Amino acid sequence: MKKPDSLQGTLDLLVLKILSRRPRTHGYGIMAAVKDCSDDLLRVEEGSLYPALYRMEEAGWIQAEWIKKNSGRRARVYELTADGKKQLGMEESRWLSACAAINQVLRTV
Amino acid sequence: MSLWSRVANAFRGEKLNGEIAEEMESHIAEAVEQGRDPVEARRAFGCDYQQRQQRQASHEIRVVGWLEALRADIVFGWRQLKRNKVTSIVAILSLALAMGACIGAFRLMDALLWRPLPVAHAERLYAISRQAITPQGKPIQSDSWAYPSFTLMRDAVKDQAELIAVSPASRKDLTYGSDQDMEKANVQYVSGSMFQAFGLRPAQGRLLAENDDQTPGAHPYVVLSYDYWTQRFGKDPQVVGHTLRLGKDLFEIVGVVDGPFTGTEPGTVTDIFLPAMMHPMVTRSDASWIRTLVLVKPGTALDPLRQKLSAISRAFEQERAKGFTGADLAFFQRIIDATLLMEPAGAGISSLQEEYRKALGILGVLVAMVLLIACANVANLKMAQSAMRSREMALRVAIGAGRGRLVQMLLVENAMLAALAAGLGALFAWRSAPLVLAMIQSTNNPVRLLLSTDWRVLGFGVGLVFCVLLLFGVLPALRASAVKPVSALKGGDDNPHSRRRLMHGMIAAQVAFCFLVIFMSGLFVRTFASLANKPLGFSPEKLLLLDVISQQGQPPVVWDQIADTLRSVPGVEKVAIAGWPLLSGGSWNNFVSVNGAAPGPVMTYLLAISPGWQETMKIPLLDGRDFRSGDTAPGQAIVNQTFVNTFFDGKNPVGKTFQERGNLYQVVGLVADAPYGNLKDPIVPVAYIPFHEVSAQGVAKPETRETFLVRTSGVNPLALASVLRKAVPQARAGFRVSDLRTQSDLVQAQTVRERLLAMLAAFFSFVALLLAAIGLYGVLSYSLQQREREFGIRIAVGARVGDIAWQATSRIFLMVITGAAIGAALGFVSVRSVQTLLYGVKGSDPLMLAGPALVLLAIALLSALPVMVRASRIDPKIMLRAE
Repeated sequence: MKKPDSLQGTLDLLVLKILSRRPRTHGYGIMAAVKDCSDDLLRVEEGSLYPALYRMEEAGWIQAEWIKKNSGRRARVYELTADGKKQLGMEESRWLSACAAINQVLRTV
Repeated sequence: MSLWSRVANAFRGEKLNGEIAEEMESHIAEAVEQGRDPVEARRAFGCDYQQRQQRQASHEIRVVGWLEALRADIVFGWRQLKRNKVTSIVAILSLALAMGACIGAFRLMDALLWRPLPVAHAERLYAISRQAITPQGKPIQSDSWAYPSFTLMRDAVKDQAELIAVSPASRKDLTYGSDQDMEKANVQYVSGSMFQAFGLRPAQGRLLAENDDQTPGAHPYVVLSYDYWTQRFGKDPQVVGHTLRLGKDLFEIVGVVDGPFTGTEPGTVTDIFLPAMMHPMVTRSDASWIRTLVLVKPGTALDPLRQKLSAISRAFEQERAKGFTGADLAFFQRIIDATLLMEPAGAGISSLQEEYRKALGILGVLVAMVLLIACANVANLKMAQSAMRSREMALRVAIGAGRGRLVQMLLVENAMLAALAAGLGALFAWRSAPLVLAMIQSTNNPVRLLLSTDWRVLGFGVGLVFCVLLLFGVLPALRASAVKPVSALKGGDDNPHSRRRLMHGMIAAQVAFCFLVIFMSGLFVRTFASLANKPLGFSPEKLLLLDVISQQGQPPVVWDQIADTLRSVPGVEKVAIAGWPLLSGGSWNNFVSVNGAAPGPVMTYLLAISPGWQETMKIPLLDGRDFRSGDTAPGQAIVNQTFVNTFFDGKNPVGKTFQERGNLYQVVGLVADAPYGNLKDPIVPVAYIPFHEVSAQGVAKPETRETFLVRTSGVNPLALASVLRKAVPQARAGFRVSDLRTQSDLVQAQTVRERLLAMLAAFFSFVALLLAAIGLYGVLSYSLQQREREFGIRIAVGARVGDIAWQATSRIFLMVITGAAIGAALGFVSVRSVQTLLYGVKGSDPLMLAGPALVLLAIALLSALPVMVRASRIDPKIMLRAE
């Protein structure tokens, strides 16, 4: 059973944006950031976050690195690549124009 | 970058899974650190099953799926190959041998017949030749043209095509310094326009151009090939401007051709190019010495062009025929009526091609059949193997493997086998093709074929792997993957009969091909044997031939003096002089008229000799006398038995006369028959005339080239070679030995092609037999294994040993007989296509068909023997208890 994902299509945008502001964040950090910044309104499921991260990594938008944490545990942190920055710009402008369009419809009807 | 990481990940699947799991754990630990409940945090990833699915999904995102599967298949396939070591080695070796033979044959055929010349527009290059019908009704083809005829044709079709004249490359004596430093090089006379038409550029100096091809004898310039420049002059740029002397003429080197172009004749590497205008016969209408190449301009229709050329050639010959009468005219009419043919010549054109085209074709068919036999063998081995693996396959199907996946797995395994075999085979071909080339070398005819290994050979090799895979790999893979789990897991093969039927069919095919290969090789071996054992009519042993040249030309008396000097060399028994040796390819023929009648329709061959020639050759004198020192040409003649049978009805010819081109000869002697130019043709009428030629005024003519025949007392005539080489110039300044051969070499050169075919065909039939034996044994022992239980029961209820052995092998014997019958039928049909390569043997000879049948039967019995023994030793107690 798959839960309907309220963030469908915008997950990439959120992840890229967060990584552009806070480079070298691990998966849990990204998830927490989405939750915090949206005042608990948005939630990313673990089950969709990691496949999305891997997909973006293979697409070359982000790159990952294993780092050693103080606790001795290893964590995998992500940061944007040059391609990722471009992608972020595109996704952002697409989101804004989509929003504007929807708003316009809501206002005029 | 990202594709690369996915490709790389395909080769580190386990590690990748570990990383994904570790990251997941790291996430949970982080959550716990932030104060979440551990159970809760873990549950966020879903239940166990969902977690596995997520990991799987993550994994698939990060790898190229098919590549990972392929990698797994390769690892698994390699393990399978290693597990069945003996089967794999047998399969790889037999395929390697067959594939190597195929690649080797391809390299030879490509180098000689197919590889385009390294010139621009080779695809638009054609050669014209004429096909006439002999009085016997046989078509004969000639690609030699007279230069004046070429000029007419060239000018007439200027707008549609560029005509290029090239002489056959020939080995000539030349010098860059004094006469003492004579050396040999391959020269080719070519049209001045050739270099530009072929898009060739100079590496040094300039190339010949149309301006160098205007006036006969007025353009003493030569161009060197890059290959020759490198080998002879070490790429010395100073060579331009140097002179060389060829015969009496001095030539200036004006440049070097860039690139790999070494003439238009595959098999001969041209060193030096001369303008056609410098050839001594360039103005003669009655001498055909050039080949005509046609570089067709784009968009020109071929047939109208051919007809135009044909009309001009015909008009030219008709003009020539005006001076002829009688038999000459009748003969000439055939030349006038000849059909002009225009054939693609992008791969160049050479006599070596003509001689070996068919032989190499046959060789190609033989190796292809060996390849088919090997493929059938490996297919059978694989099929037997897959029977053993049917439970494994059933298990794979039962746990959800798709059929496509199974086929892929098996095909990968088979492809690895084929690739390994191809690699090994390429090694074999790399060594064997030059070996074959060395076999067709003879002192008379040095062959240099450029055997390069490039994308053409590579492409052929890759294509071959796919063909082989298709032939031996696909069927067993499809069969093995079609397993039904239920029946396989129950312990039985689902349909052993259909599998066995397939294997038996393969055996029949294998035997049929094997039969064909043995049959063919039998024909070729017999051909070679009957040529090699043919009575010669003269004795070639201990006979040394010295081709001696004198640049300035000297009268016959001087040549006689040199012969006298050679006679005094210790170890020399007899010395004689002739225009050229027998069986050397030298030839001079014409119509003769007997008793003043008109010339008959049969050609007579002539040879100028000195007194003592027939004694030196050991040809028996049947009647009359040998030449004396006063005999001259025209004047006296000695004729052979066939001449007498043809022109004098077998009656004693001594004292009678005949005329050749207005010259009168009186027959003074009769000698036994000996082959003149060719061992395979029937004996021709020969008139031997004195080499003392005199003009109408009775003045002796100077000679520039004669052959000394030296019979030595030692067994190895070559032991005297260096002594005689020195003795000739010492005897008289200005004379030197241009070539030194033995008559035995010339005799052997006559059978080079036949020996090559016989040796290779015998080798391939040995390989085919070996493969067939392995195949038969494999299938027999497989079917015995399948039926051991049945035989155990049969023995338990009282079957005799003989019956069991018969039961185990009868089906196979039936297949062998069927295969042999098919092979015999194929052989009977195909023998016509090789008839021109045969000599002294008929394909319809029952002995030639019975031989292979007996050999195959013997091999079948031999490979069945161990199986029969095993079948008879089956102990029913053990067998029945085992299950």
